[in-house]
Amino acid sequence: MEKIIEIKNLSVSFAVRGGLLLRKIGTVKAVDDVSFSINKGEILGVVGESGCGKSTLARLILRLIEPTRGSVTFAGIDILKLSKKVLRQQRRHMQMVFQDPYSVMDPRYTIFRSIAEPFQIQNIRFTTEEKRKKVDDLLELVGLSSEHGFSYPHELSGGQKQRADIARMLALTPQFVILDEPTAALDVSVQAQIIKLLEGLRERLDLTLLFISHDLSLVSYFCDRVIVMYLGRIVEIISADLIGKNPHHPYTQALIESIFKAVPDEKSTAAPLEGEVPSPFNLPRGCVFASRCRYAQPICLEKSPNLEESGDGGQVACYFPLDSN
Amino acid sequence: MSFLKVKDLQVEFRVDKKMIKPIEGVSFQMQKGEVLGMVGETGSGKSLTAHAIVGLSTLAGGVIGGSIKFEGQDLLSLSEKEMQSIRGAQIAFIPQNPMTSLDPVYRVGDQIIEALRQHVKISKREAKLQVIEVMARLNIPNPERVFHQYPHQLSGGLKQRIVIAIGVCTNPKLLVADEPTTALDVTVQAQIIRLFKEMTVERGISLFLITHDLGVIAQVCDKVAVMYAGNMVEFGSIEALFKNPRHPYTKALLDCIPTIGMAKGSLSAIYGSVPSSGVYPSGCRYHPRCPYADEQCRKTMPPLLEVEVENWVACYKYYGKK
Repeated sequence: MEKIIEIKNLSVSFAVRGGLLLRKIGTVKAVDDVSFSINKGEILGVVGESGCGKSTLARLILRLIEPTRGSVTFAGIDILKLSKKVLRQQRRHMQMVFQDPYSVMDPRYTIFRSIAEPFQIQNIRFTTEEKRKKVDDLLELVGLSSEHGFSYPHELSGGQKQRADIARMLALTPQFVILDEPTAALDVSVQAQIIKLLEGLRERLDLTLLFISHDLSLVSYFCDRVIVMYLGRIVEIISADLIGKNPHHPYTQALIESIFKAVPDEKSTAAPLEGEVPSPFNLPRGCVFASRCRYAQPICLEKSPNLEESGDGGQVACYFPLDSN
Repeated sequence: MSFLKVKDLQVEFRVDKKMIKPIEGVSFQMQKGEVLGMVGETGSGKSLTAHAIVGLSTLAGGVIGGSIKFEGQDLLSLSEKEMQSIRGAQIAFIPQNPMTSLDPVYRVGDQIIEALRQHVKISKREAKLQVIEVMARLNIPNPERVFHQYPHQLSGGLKQRIVIAIGVCTNPKLLVADEPTTALDVTVQAQIIRLFKEMTVERGISLFLITHDLGVIAQVCDKVAVMYAGNMVEFGSIEALFKNPRHPYTKALLDCIPTIGMAKGSLSAIYGSVPSSGVYPSGCRYHPRCPYADEQCRKTMPPLLEVEVENWVACYKYYGKK
C-alpha cells in the first residue's frame, strides 16, 4: 500500500511561564514521540479525551505549529524542511476542517466568497463565470444549493455551515484532509448527515482522511484504522473492526466501557475508570496511563512502554496487553 | 397522586413584538423515586421545560400555560417568594455547564454553604461539617482540601461534582439536571452518571434528566420523553421506547447513532433540519422530514395520546385520522 503521510518521532513541547517575571517554570509535552503512517485512500481515526494532544497533532502535520522534534513526510516531501513559499503551495493538497462551524467562516463574507477565497490565496485565476460555476459545483457536491452562496454564515444552520466549510476544503481538490471533530458541535441527526456526506465524498473523490474525534463509536464506525491517544502519546493503533472485539490497551478498553449503549437490556456493569486525565505538567516517568490503570505493575511506573506490534496488524504500548479472552 | 405532573405545558416569549411558542403540548408525569429522561435535539425545548418546572422561565419573561403539579401543589400559582422556598430546597436544579455556574471568586465550599444556609437554619460551623460530608458522599477526594479551593483549581469532573453538591446538600425530593455531563470527557461522564444512579437508588431522590444522548437514557432512566421542535412526540417506559419506538422521529433518531461493530455505510440520517422556533411548519412539526406524512399531518397538529398503557405518542399513524 502506498503511504501518503509518514510521521516519525513527532514531538512538541510548550514552555509554561509563571511568576512575576514570566520565567519558564516547566514544559508541557503536548505530543510526545508519535510515529505512524497513513495509507492512500485510508480513513485514519484519532481518538482520545480532551488534552490528549489530538488537535495539536493535526496542527503539527499541517505545520500550523512547528514541532520540537521529528519529521512529517507528505507524498515523499519533508514538510518541515520546506520554505514558507513552497509550503503554502504544498498546502493546497492538504486541507483541514475545524470543529466549530460557527467560528471558521468570516461573518462578513458571503458563503460564495468564503468558498472562492482559497483560489485567490493560491493565485488560481478564473474568469467570473468560471468561478461561479466552480463554487456552484462545490455547493452541489456537499448538498447545498447555489442560493446558499448568497447567504451569510449566521443565516445557515450548524449543519449547513459545516457543509459549506467542507465545500471550501474541497475547493482546491486536496489529496489529504484532516477533520478535527467536524461533528462535535452538531446534533446526532445532523452528525449522521455529515458522516453520510463524507462517506459519499470519499468514494467519489478518492480522499485520504485523518478523522479526529472524542467519540469512539463514531470513529470505529467511520474509520478504517484508529489511533488511541492519551496524554500526548499513542497508546494503541488498532483496526476499526477489532475495537469492539479485541482492544489490547487497558485505556482503549476503558474508553469502550465508558460508552453508554442505547440498549436498555445491556446495562453497563463495568466499574468506570477512576480519576481524571492528570495534568500534562511533569508527566510520570513510566507509562502515562499507569496512575489510572487497574492492571498496573511496578514496571509500569518505572519505564514507559514502547509502541510494539500487537500481533493482529496493530500496535500497542503496554507491558501487559489484553488478550481477547 | 403523581409526584410530578405536567399537563399541556406551553411557554411563550415575546420576540420583536411577536409572540413565539417554543414549547407547546408537553404533558408527562413521574412517580416518586423515578428517573425520567428527556431527550431531543438542539432547540427542541428540553431546557425550557426544565426551566419551567423550577420556575426560571417566568423570571426570563416567559408566559406559561398549562399546569405543573408537584406533590399536588400547583407550582404555577405560587408567588416568586413561595417558589423560592421550594426551589433549592425541594426541587434542585443542576445546570449544564459546571465551568460557568460556579462563582470564580469564592471558594467552592462557601458556595455550597451558601446554598445550604439559604434553606436550612444552621450555624456556619455545622454547615461546614455537613457540606464536607456531602462532598465525601459524592466521591470528592480529600473534601477538606477541596472545600478551600477555588473553581479554577478544580478539574471539570470535580467542578461538576461541586455543582451537584450545591443541588443535593438540602436533600431535595426532585433533582432537575440539564445535560449534566455534556461538557465532560467520556470516562468522567461515566463516573458522574453512575453517581446519579446511586443517588436515586440509595437516597430515593427522583431525577428529571435532560440529555441529547440516548445511550445515557437507556442506561439510567425508567421513563423517557422525546421532544421535537417544542412538542413532546413520545413518552413511555424505556423498554417500550427502545424496543418498539412508535413515532417516526424516535425511530429515525435511534438509527442515527453510530455504534461499535456497525457495518460501514449502514448509518442512516434524517433528511432536512430541525425548524427554529417562530417558523414552525403547520400541522405536525415533523411532517416536512417524515416519510409517512400525508395531508392530515400537514394541516393539524396530532395530540399526544395514550395508545397503550403508559405509552403516549403524538402521531396520526397510531390512532387514525379524524
